[in-house]
Amino acid sequence: MGTLIEIRDLAKTYERGKQKVEVLHHVNLDIAEGDFLALMGPSGSGKTTLLNLIGGLDAPSAGSIGVGGQRIDQLGAGALARWRASNVGFIFQFYNLMPMLSAQRNVELPLLLTKLSAAQRRKNASIALQLVGLADRASHKPGELSGGQQQRVAIARAIVSDPTLLVCDEPTGDLDRQSAEDVLGLLQQLNREHGKTIVMVTHDPKAAEYATHTLHLDKGTLVEQATA
Amino acid sequence: MKYLHLIWAALFRRKTRTLLTLVSIIAAFLLFGLLNSVRLAFSAGDSVDGAGRLIVNSRMSMQNPLPESLGARIATVPGVTAVASSNWFGGVYQDPRNQVVSFAVSQNYIDLYPEIVLPADQRAAWERTRTGAIVGAALAKKYGWKVGDKIPLQSTIFPSKASGNNTWTFDITGIFHAKSEQDAGREQLLLFHWKYFDENNAFGAGTVHWYVVKVADPAHADAVATTIDAISANSDHETKAQTEQAFQASFIKQLVNIGLIVVSIMGAVFFTLLLLTGNTMMQAVRERTSELAVLKTIGFSSRSVQVMVLAESVLLLLLGGLIGLAVVSLIVPGIGAASGGMIPVHGVSASTWVIGIALMLAIGVIVGWIPAWRAMRLNIVDALSGR
Repeated sequence: MGTLIEIRDLAKTYERGKQKVEVLHHVNLDIAEGDFLALMGPSGSGKTTLLNLIGGLDAPSAGSIGVGGQRIDQLGAGALARWRASNVGFIFQFYNLMPMLSAQRNVELPLLLTKLSAAQRRKNASIALQLVGLADRASHKPGELSGGQQQRVAIARAIVSDPTLLVCDEPTGDLDRQSAEDVLGLLQQLNREHGKTIVMVTHDPKAAEYATHTLHLDKGTLVEQATA
Repeated sequence: MKYLHLIWAALFRRKTRTLLTLVSIIAAFLLFGLLNSVRLAFSAGDSVDGAGRLIVNSRMSMQNPLPESLGARIATVPGVTAVASSNWFGGVYQDPRNQVVSFAVSQNYIDLYPEIVLPADQRAAWERTRTGAIVGAALAKKYGWKVGDKIPLQSTIFPSKASGNNTWTFDITGIFHAKSEQDAGREQLLLFHWKYFDENNAFGAGTVHWYVVKVADPAHADAVATTIDAISANSDHETKAQTEQAFQASFIKQLVNIGLIVVSIMGAVFFTLLLLTGNTMMQAVRERTSELAVLKTIGFSSRSVQVMVLAESVLLLLLGGLIGLAVVSLIVPGIGAASGGMIPVHGVSASTWVIGIALMLAIGVIVGWIPAWRAMRLNIVDALSGR
């Protein structure tokens, strides 16, 4: 497997009033294609910041990020949005589904940015919902689903446009143990059977066990690398 | 169009709030539709082309009388098929609050108004009774008048030689009906003989307030009007031939400046609507900060998000505004009829729809602009982390 993500001398500094806070210090990291990486560390260690930079949600203060050979740190806002739409699927701790849309419509959202017909969008969304085991909940709105089901809808939304990379920020942080295991099992299945590269931020060592690699961040620096 | 369901769903995310805002918009555009229809009804242009009947009155003022002899000269104008005359009487029945719209008219007056239906025997009785009056069915019903009744009317202007005061006595010889619902206003009229008025009028004789002229070809009404006005050019009684609509407009304009009233009221209403809808949109977008951030996260461009918020605001205004104007178009004919013809409105004009839709779009863009701009500038990381 080749390298999908190449991070070199990455730094991120936030300005809080007159104060500058350096959250990441010269991070160097390679993530192989098809890898399932867990990022762990205490609160404020910079793991979500690193995840946001990998997902193209934020711009680094210094250094470079290459994904699939493309320098995403050099893309403008519009190009970066288009890159995210076709290359990255996002899964959040609190699901972040649109409460007024059905599960089906939520999953279809990323496909609105493609040239697919309405019928094809519906079909693809149905397949994605089937993959996460929620075909029978397609017409339900998020408020009518359990937390675990909502997170599975969010996973369906993340994979519906068939991205190479999935970035997950505490995907089980709001779930009970059983639902968490279901979601982690699903992510593992997507990694193993569908070849998705996954970068997951988690506090939970049990969640990290599902990953193939675990990296620890502390005070903005990578401190340790473990292999499952 | 493929984002429409998304915009629609966002709009009705908080149903109660959206419905209440919609009601305000409907009310504002209902008021706009009504007032603008009234304004247009009283803002007739100079052209009389297309009019089958013209009203000829003094160019100076409606109160300025014209010589009765002018009628015969108007009748000679090519394209004129009939001329009738009328005087304002200003009648009051028993109490000053009981205003009766009453005209002293030439005998052929109702020949020019086929929308007035009077039985032939009653017409004949009126023609042979010097003090005879014919009244509209609605007016007769209002005061319980019937054929054969003798009624006293007080003129607010003209003293009667016979009574020595302003009281005039009439014999009701006929009750007429309007031919259609649209002309129901005419049933509020009382008509009596000009000759009786002229003989008894202590303020002078041989004058009329306006002529009603029937035109052979409405397409040439402008030319006929010009020729009629030329008869009295440079005299002490210059005339202005105009449509009935324009005549009524000038009558009302002597009492109030309708245009100013409409513009003032609508200005206040739309200013309030701007604040109200603007506040709703700001609140709606503020509540959806994380959802908008998610849209941007999954690849919607900042411009797309901005356009969606703007479209939501415009859609809200269009929904409410179109419903408001639709309601107006249903009720306006009824208002026109109920006003007794004093408010000559029969429907919502195309120009009212065009101005209304332009206002909906403009207000939609104005109230949506700031929330849309904020949505566009939204920082994904800050929004997702709740900052």
